[in-house]
Amino acid sequence: MRLDVENLACIRGERRIFSDLSFALGPGEALLVTGRNGAGKSTLLDLLAGWLTPAAGAVRVFEAGDRTLPESLHYVGHRDALKSALTARENLEFARDFLGSPALSPPDALEAVGLAHAAALPVAYLSAGQRRRIAIARLLVAHRPLWLLDEPTAALDTASQETLRKMMEQHREGGGLVIATTHSPLPLRDAKEIRIERPTPAERPA
Amino acid sequence: MIRSFRALLIRDLKLAARVGGSGMMGLVFFLAIVTLMPFALGPDLNLLSRIGPAILWIAALLATLIGLDRLFQADQEDGSLDLLRLAPVPMEVVVVAKVTAHWLVTGLPLAIAAPFLGLLVALSPEAIGAMVATLLVGTPALTFVGAVGAALTASLRRGGLILAILVLPFMIPTLIFGVSAANAALGGTVPFATPFLILVALSLFAAVVGTVGAAAALRSGE
Repeated sequence: MRLDVENLACIRGERRIFSDLSFALGPGEALLVTGRNGAGKSTLLDLLAGWLTPAAGAVRVFEAGDRTLPESLHYVGHRDALKSALTARENLEFARDFLGSPALSPPDALEAVGLAHAAALPVAYLSAGQRRRIAIARLLVAHRPLWLLDEPTAALDTASQETLRKMMEQHREGGGLVIATTHSPLPLRDAKEIRIERPTPAERPA
Repeated sequence: MIRSFRALLIRDLKLAARVGGSGMMGLVFFLAIVTLMPFALGPDLNLLSRIGPAILWIAALLATLIGLDRLFQADQEDGSLDLLRLAPVPMEVVVVAKVTAHWLVTGLPLAIAAPFLGLLVALSPEAIGAMVATLLVGTPALTFVGAVGAALTASLRRGGLILAILVLPFMIPTLIFGVSAANAALGGTVPFATPFLILVALSLFAAVVGTVGAAAALRSGE
């Protein structure tokens, strides 16, 4: 699929978060979104996922079949979207059945993030990093072309960061798109980069 | 569509069973109110059996209300709601799946427990039968109406009270016709079918309006 973002602007409350943001992504491409805390990186992902409506501009999808944008993306955010009373495996089974277009089986996906031993444990018993890895394993159980990752490396150890990087590269080789916000530089092969700046005071609406 | 619906339904039923959660809480609350009533009113069996259906219905309404605020809030807090918004199905299907699961663990147990609690308020066998029937068809209306309030207050930290204030007025018609149907079964000028069919109509109406309303509230989000 292809993603075309044109002159996107976002206003929340009275505050202009960003404006005139444009980029285009084709199959296999990746975009890193950088910027200070509170600059609006997560807000950009929320806009792309369709949870917020842009104040101006447009997000267009091409070559995605009959799917809408929210139906063709995965989102991994600060909140892991895991049910702590369910086991790691049950969480992934749910995601696989619910999101449709199933790919890897939950045990295989857990194996891929190195958590095969924790499959039968309730997520409540796991550490923040382990929970994040299960959320990342969700990317593998259902096939969706666009990955939106909000600081995916947060709470991950270096080995897991490397696993995630390999997963992202593999996804891109298969024609997938990756958009990730990040503070620490992610060594992704020729990834585009976009920096969200705070608007200068003159640009702010009164 | 069926696949997503079933996945969500099963997940919510598992969660309700796992946490020892909301379902049991509503039932225990129902039990508490109904058992306290005879102590408060005294051992006047005629009085009890006359107001028994009203007691059971009020208790059922409050018991439904008690777990409702967690319906979407729990998913909002851990980010699951964001995942649900990425579904390959319309938001309405998500709402129906969640409401069905919620009704199965709160509304249905109330209807099943009604015969036993009917004995505590000295209901006659016919009245007990009518109570079970009215609770069975009436409690879905309560859950669907409540779902709209739950969706609207999902992102509020202390949404429980606002939820109650929002949805209670809309639950009153269900309460009126539920109680009058149960009373009609005990005799009187109105045949049982009249208020009972209105109760059924209220449930069907709430199912449509509640689903569309809750889905709209969830879609607009934060």
